[in-house]
Amino acid sequence: MDIIIESFKSALKLLISFDKDTYDIIFLSLRISILSSLISSIIGIFLAFVISLKNFPAKKFILTFINTGMAMPPVIAGLLITILLWRNGILGSFNLLYTPSAIIIAQTLLATPIILGISVSAFQHFPDKFILQLLGLGANKFHLFLIMLKECKLSILSAIMAGFGAVISEVGASLMVGGNIKGYTRVLTTATVTESSKGNFDLAIAYGIILMFITFTINFILTKIQQSSTKRYE
Amino acid sequence: MKKRFLMPITFLFFNFLFTSTSYCGNKVLILGTTTSVRDSGFLDKIIPIFEKKTGYFVKTIAVGTGQAIVLGKKGEVDVLLIHAPEEELKFVKEGYGLNRKTFMYNNFILLGPKSNPAKIKPDMNIIEAFKEIAKNRSLFISRGDNSGTHIKELSIWKKAGLNPLGEKWYQETGTGMGQTLLIANEKDGYTISDRGTYLALKKTLNNLKPLVENDASLRNYYSIIEVNPEKFRKVNKEGAKLFSDFINSREIKEIIKSYGQKEYGESLFYLIGQ
Repeated sequence: MDIIIESFKSALKLLISFDKDTYDIIFLSLRISILSSLISSIIGIFLAFVISLKNFPAKKFILTFINTGMAMPPVIAGLLITILLWRNGILGSFNLLYTPSAIIIAQTLLATPIILGISVSAFQHFPDKFILQLLGLGANKFHLFLIMLKECKLSILSAIMAGFGAVISEVGASLMVGGNIKGYTRVLTTATVTESSKGNFDLAIAYGIILMFITFTINFILTKIQQSSTKRYE
Repeated sequence: MKKRFLMPITFLFFNFLFTSTSYCGNKVLILGTTTSVRDSGFLDKIIPIFEKKTGYFVKTIAVGTGQAIVLGKKGEVDVLLIHAPEEELKFVKEGYGLNRKTFMYNNFILLGPKSNPAKIKPDMNIIEAFKEIAKNRSLFISRGDNSGTHIKELSIWKKAGLNPLGEKWYQETGTGMGQTLLIANEKDGYTISDRGTYLALKKTLNNLKPLVENDASLRNYYSIIEVNPEKFRKVNKEGAKLFSDFINSREIKEIIKSYGQKEYGESLFYLIGQ
């Protein structure tokens, strides 16, 4: 029990003393996870819109594929991206392996199916007749997209939160494609792994506490956006 | 009111996101090494000195020695700092590596639970100790990850004429040295570790004690090898050479000599010939 209390103390100490290494790790984690969930949201929500409106023969197959992607283990994504990015590999000429960009790519691969999958089911709930009515009233596809987005706000934001949660907490892919390089690609989760393998459990838990705190803050903001102006009959 | 803040906040937010943390330069050196050297803090001490001196940015990829060698064979790293002499010689012989220099050593130690069920005595050599463990079917925790330590352990079993693979008392963790020590500590198992990692973790390993430590065959040699640039066009030949020379410089030798004395009361590594 002592170690938990000690960890809370060291977490606070790291935060209050503006420890440079810790803040570098925090900002890197935030930057990488926010960027990758942003990219995944743009790709995921747009594709969800296209898929949910169209009927085509392979639709069920594609949806199964997306839903499987939601369960993709981070290490598999990491391994895949590592092999692609090897400097003697297919995309080697970009020199991306062991950089923060490589982590963003791997995390985007992880979060996109999650955001896409949840968004598709949200858009599919949108009543067909309402769509017909909107189109009849002269709405073009872009208007339709905006209206559906607004109406499905609750689920879409849940999708984004799920995507963000997956990437900020992910360790396998970051470790593999980032290389866990101190001061460069070491993020909160991989720092936790490193410190616990060094036996510095209090520091490891301190990083964990900071991670939970950040996730809480981001989710608080997103939930606030999600719940704004949703009225229930009282 | 709300809208007035929205623009600047959005601007700051995107500014934060796209501030480049990446190192923009082409002087990058990729070092493939083992977790034991990193976890002991040794690399954190010497790499900033090298970076400051040469202007290189060093990407340290700390994995098991086996994996580091595979990365070297693929030309994915420029220079290797590893500890598995036989595999290293093979690597050089096959033409993947150049200028192998063995520059420091420490030793492996056999650790076991304080209850010592296999009754290992301090005057036993490591092969006798392994035979006792096998005879008593006492729990042995192996790295099982093709690391330098794992390769060493397997060579001892071989020399003892035993094959513990698949036995119930022989368990492979497939993880790093730190994790394996913690597991051995929890499960009352025997295990083999480099001295450096053991010392670094000693404060949490209240159930383990060193049993065999002065056997000469337990020497753990660390070498530096440059990856052959003739095999792989992208290998940074100049940087690898610089790093190898740096490791063998007088300045680093002084650091190796004293490294760990302050924290652990003894050196973690010794120079060759010291």
